[in-house]
Amino acid sequence: MSKEWPLWEVFIRGQHGMSHRHVGSLHAADSEHAIKNARDVYTRRNEGVSIWVVEAEQITASSPSDKGPMYDPARDKVYRHPTFYDIPDEVGKM
Amino acid sequence: MYAQMVKSEATKDDPAKLAAFQVRIDAGEKIEPKDWMPEGYRKTLIRQVGQHAHSEIVGQLPEGNWITRAPTLERKANLLAKVQDEAGHGLYLYCAAETLGVSRDEMTEMLLDGRMKYSSIFNYPTLTWADMGAVGWLVDGAAIMNQVPLQRTSYGPYARAMVRVCKEESFHQRQGFHIMMAMVNGNAEQKRMAQDALNRTWYPALMMFGPSDKDSVHSSQSMAWKIKINTNDELRQKFVDETVPQAEYLGLTIPDEGLTWNEETGHYDYTEPDWNEFFDVISGNGPCNVDRLSARQKAWDDGAWLRDAMTAHAAKKATRNLAAE
Repeated sequence: MSKEWPLWEVFIRGQHGMSHRHVGSLHAADSEHAIKNARDVYTRRNEGVSIWVVEAEQITASSPSDKGPMYDPARDKVYRHPTFYDIPDEVGKM
Repeated sequence: MYAQMVKSEATKDDPAKLAAFQVRIDAGEKIEPKDWMPEGYRKTLIRQVGQHAHSEIVGQLPEGNWITRAPTLERKANLLAKVQDEAGHGLYLYCAAETLGVSRDEMTEMLLDGRMKYSSIFNYPTLTWADMGAVGWLVDGAAIMNQVPLQRTSYGPYARAMVRVCKEESFHQRQGFHIMMAMVNGNAEQKRMAQDALNRTWYPALMMFGPSDKDSVHSSQSMAWKIKINTNDELRQKFVDETVPQAEYLGLTIPDEGLTWNEETGHYDYTEPDWNEFFDVISGNGPCNVDRLSARQKAWDDGAWLRDAMTAHAAKKATRNLAAE
């Protein structure tokens, strides 16, 4: 059996000035091939101005089971938000 | 915390390409790392974004000075969160600058050997706890006024970094004003400290916007390229107009006898800062220039073993993984 093409994650910049956003994945033999496929699969209706592809294997993801230790510590730090500080309206926007 | 006096670089590019580039800028398009750009645009941006990043990092020092001496645990947590944000903002900005083809280590070296600058404001000392109020209120207030329009700057990675920075910084000015409110509602000595902090911070804060437009030789090219959106004097005026009523609310006096409301213009008239002082501070002779740079040099030197150890550990892991395959 021939070797299967690797999986690539596809990121598209929807319009000028925006960040690239993940739109999905596809298979391709190499990065150039992946860009061509992404263009055909994900931008048929003019959805983008720029494409990034990253081989899925190259992505390191945090583990869902670490959610507690990773994000809970930020939960009680309400003072990182502007609403924590009570400033009278007459001072103007701040 | 923004950049001042960013020298714009002359550009020697093909006039047809330059004209096409200007059309894109004028149409409000964002320039992205892989797009063609004039050499002068690239160099000016490296200088500006790099200086902005350095200001965030050096800007941690005057406030870091008070973390262990904050009057309550709550104020300490607030200040720590703010200083932590400045570190993050420095990192966003260094990364934005790196997309222009300069490395973070190169920028750090240029800061340390004086080829790159940071905002003049951080060369002033923070002498009392009231300075934490004045810095948050005035210094962050001035920085925000500079940064809000930069969300529309023409270079995509810089504009997007600014969006994040502005969102996160909205609490910084409020926490400073909140400290000032507590000080002016305290005893006579505390109120005196608040007034003293305002007296010392006012003109250095006005200097943050850079020299007067008539002496600002670098503005026009940067504005044509939308690296800069407003002139120094426009932003300074806006800052004065917004800050005077806030000082009045606090019952504090802006240390400027020339400050008057001008019915005709609809703005406050104010006395310009002493620009000789500004040029002196920016060229290395402010009260804290030596301290700030030596603190950065020490951090860089003391961190060298850790950077090397992490790199060595990663290399060892990679070899081990390769062997296991």
